[in-house]
Amino acid sequence: MWWPLNGTDNGTLRMSITAILFLAVLALCVLGYSLARNRALAGAGGDRRLLHSLPTYYGTNAAMFTAVPALGVMVIWLLAQPMMIETRVQGMIPASFIDEGSSIGLVMNDVRRVADGLDLAVKSGGLSADDARKLSANSDVRGMLADRGVALGSDVKPEVLAAAQTYRSAAATGRMWMVVVVMGLALIGFAIAVSLSKPDFRARNVVERGILALLMVAASLAILTTLGIVLSMLFESINFFRVHPASDFFFGGSWAPNFRGDSDLSILPLLWGTLYISLIALTVAVPIGLFAAIYLSEYAGPKLRAVAKPLLEILAGIPTIVYGLFALLTVGPALVRVFGRGDEGLLGVEWMSGATAVLTAGLVMGIMLIPFVSSLSDDIINAVPQAMRDGSLGLGATPSETIRQVVLPAALPGIVGAILLAASRAIGETMIVVLGAGAIAKFSANPLEAMTTITTRIVSQLTGDTDFSSPETLVAFALGLTLFVLTLGLNVFALIIVRKYREQYD
Amino acid sequence: MNTMRLTESAVDTDIKITAKDVQVYYGDNHAIKDVSVEIQDKTVTAFIGPSGCGKSTFLRCINRMNDTIDVCRVQGDIKIDGEDIYDKRVDPVQLRAKVGMVFQKPNPFPKSIYDNVAYGPRIHGLAKNKADLDDIVERALRRGAIWNEVKDRLDAPGTGLSGGQQQRLCIARAVATEPEVLLMDEPCSALDPIATAQVEELIDELRKSYSVVIVTHSMQQAARVSQRTAFFHLGNLVEYGETGQIFTNPVDPRTENYITGRIG
Repeated sequence: MWWPLNGTDNGTLRMSITAILFLAVLALCVLGYSLARNRALAGAGGDRRLLHSLPTYYGTNAAMFTAVPALGVMVIWLLAQPMMIETRVQGMIPASFIDEGSSIGLVMNDVRRVADGLDLAVKSGGLSADDARKLSANSDVRGMLADRGVALGSDVKPEVLAAAQTYRSAAATGRMWMVVVVMGLALIGFAIAVSLSKPDFRARNVVERGILALLMVAASLAILTTLGIVLSMLFESINFFRVHPASDFFFGGSWAPNFRGDSDLSILPLLWGTLYISLIALTVAVPIGLFAAIYLSEYAGPKLRAVAKPLLEILAGIPTIVYGLFALLTVGPALVRVFGRGDEGLLGVEWMSGATAVLTAGLVMGIMLIPFVSSLSDDIINAVPQAMRDGSLGLGATPSETIRQVVLPAALPGIVGAILLAASRAIGETMIVVLGAGAIAKFSANPLEAMTTITTRIVSQLTGDTDFSSPETLVAFALGLTLFVLTLGLNVFALIIVRKYREQYD
Repeated sequence: MNTMRLTESAVDTDIKITAKDVQVYYGDNHAIKDVSVEIQDKTVTAFIGPSGCGKSTFLRCINRMNDTIDVCRVQGDIKIDGEDIYDKRVDPVQLRAKVGMVFQKPNPFPKSIYDNVAYGPRIHGLAKNKADLDDIVERALRRGAIWNEVKDRLDAPGTGLSGGQQQRLCIARAVATEPEVLLMDEPCSALDPIATAQVEELIDELRKSYSVVIVTHSMQQAARVSQRTAFFHLGNLVEYGETGQIFTNPVDPRTENYITGRIG
């Protein structure tokens, strides 16, 4: 399977120009910093007390003016240029050129590879830049590129070669203009900032606004990324629903992907497996985690607490794949010994045949969630004011009465929130169920049977050599989106509960 | 210490609490030194003294709340009705039902007003049935002088009341278990003057049924509500006697300096 990454070798070349440009802007920044600082100081006759701001602020201001617009434009340019060139080159390829069963995307892959190959050839000196531009399709381009280590699937057709050459020249022009524009912006910013650096210029306020902008960009990037993830899932899901009926996906009864097409792709059996396993996991994790939290926060002495709490939190640091191995190699066989093997088993029953089962995955996932529940609950219980406990103890309640009737009710919203967060982790958990739960999609209430979950199906539908545009592959995105909506809903619900029942303590 | 005690004559009530040579340590810190005191029944006794003098610590010894602090050790005898409360056979939980406590900051539980007051009776099984519990709650709220304000909203959360109402609710909660002694640790320090006046009036009412011990920073308050006053200084009980006499004619120069504002 070859999957050409966009511009590998071409990339290194462009990177080098980009890197030089970047360093040039940075150098200008440093120069601007010292120039502006000294100019402001000189304007005040060397007496820093006469400046509005500390001298470093004038320097920082100049550096900011030089770098931010220039580097911002550079980043946008680097992102936008390939897209624009691509559209232009795509227009050059006649529609008749695209073979049956092929697509414009595949032809464009060829174009990019030829262009990259030419770049590589020029760089290694096998071809002069001029020759690369004039190269005709009659010469053995494929053989020449193969010598340079660029393998092409078929002979280079004239249209592709022409497109590749246009691609190269457009990229070169684009790079040149980028250098001009970026350097121009840097110089303008540099000039403005340095000329502004007089003693009464409020550099400190400008820098303050710059810092505010930086923080806002960071915050919005995180939100925009989430939005981007949702949108990309959404588009692929729409593609899926174009080729597969939504009614089957949401309301069908069976999951049976079939690579010849005509598959049953219903989420319901997977959803059932997911919820069943999560339920078992929570039944294990919530009581144990909560009791552990109560012991640690209310009863344990400071010394024990100092040792036990980090130990418990180590559980949270174990990679889930290790839990998966634990499920497969230890818990599963142990359960088989109890519930399976007929007369040789501990119970003498034949209820369980393989190590992978809902119970196996649920138990191990529960163990994984214990530190999650206990750590969050511990924090919440500790946040209940001591005055509550004193009041209850002062009325003659025992410690456990105090915890049951005063501390836990006061901490309840937070604990419910912790449980719901644990639930959304359980629903999204992948590795434990891949290894521990099995791969059979079905509705069954028997926890000793193998079942499968949404996450494991996403993994199996996207791994392997499948056609990317088939419903069997695209269903992974619809599953992912459903999973996302499910966990998002749980989190929102958790937040609402926490808000609604939150008690105000002074 | 007995030399410090003055005229016992005017008092004809019984002794409720007897403390003898009480020492309290927080780790290495000797917080209470050789305190001996006799607290009378149906009387309000005020503990006054500068911050950190040990008056709250001594108060918390009387219902063994100091047991909940790991580093705290108590030595000496404290007897209530002649029974040593630090005896091994005494269950501190039972003791605290008999010796109620009201804290500095109002601390209603995040429950309804009704459940706040019913909390103690329910734990100790004081009510025979629901109607009986309703009675107990109403009586306690009336004694807490808050019944008229909350009788129409017993299901509302106790945390939603104003500060002064919350503190009276806490007093009602404490009297609901029918204690014999009521300990109050600066019960008005978080309240405004009007709420303080209401609580002080209430304390005077409570004196008819209980032995009340109140810790306060306000000497005016001690003078207003108490019949007997004890002055603590640096972990020592400096002087103990009738309130009028302590405030008008103190024996110890340290007491005089404190009440005239020269130390503290």
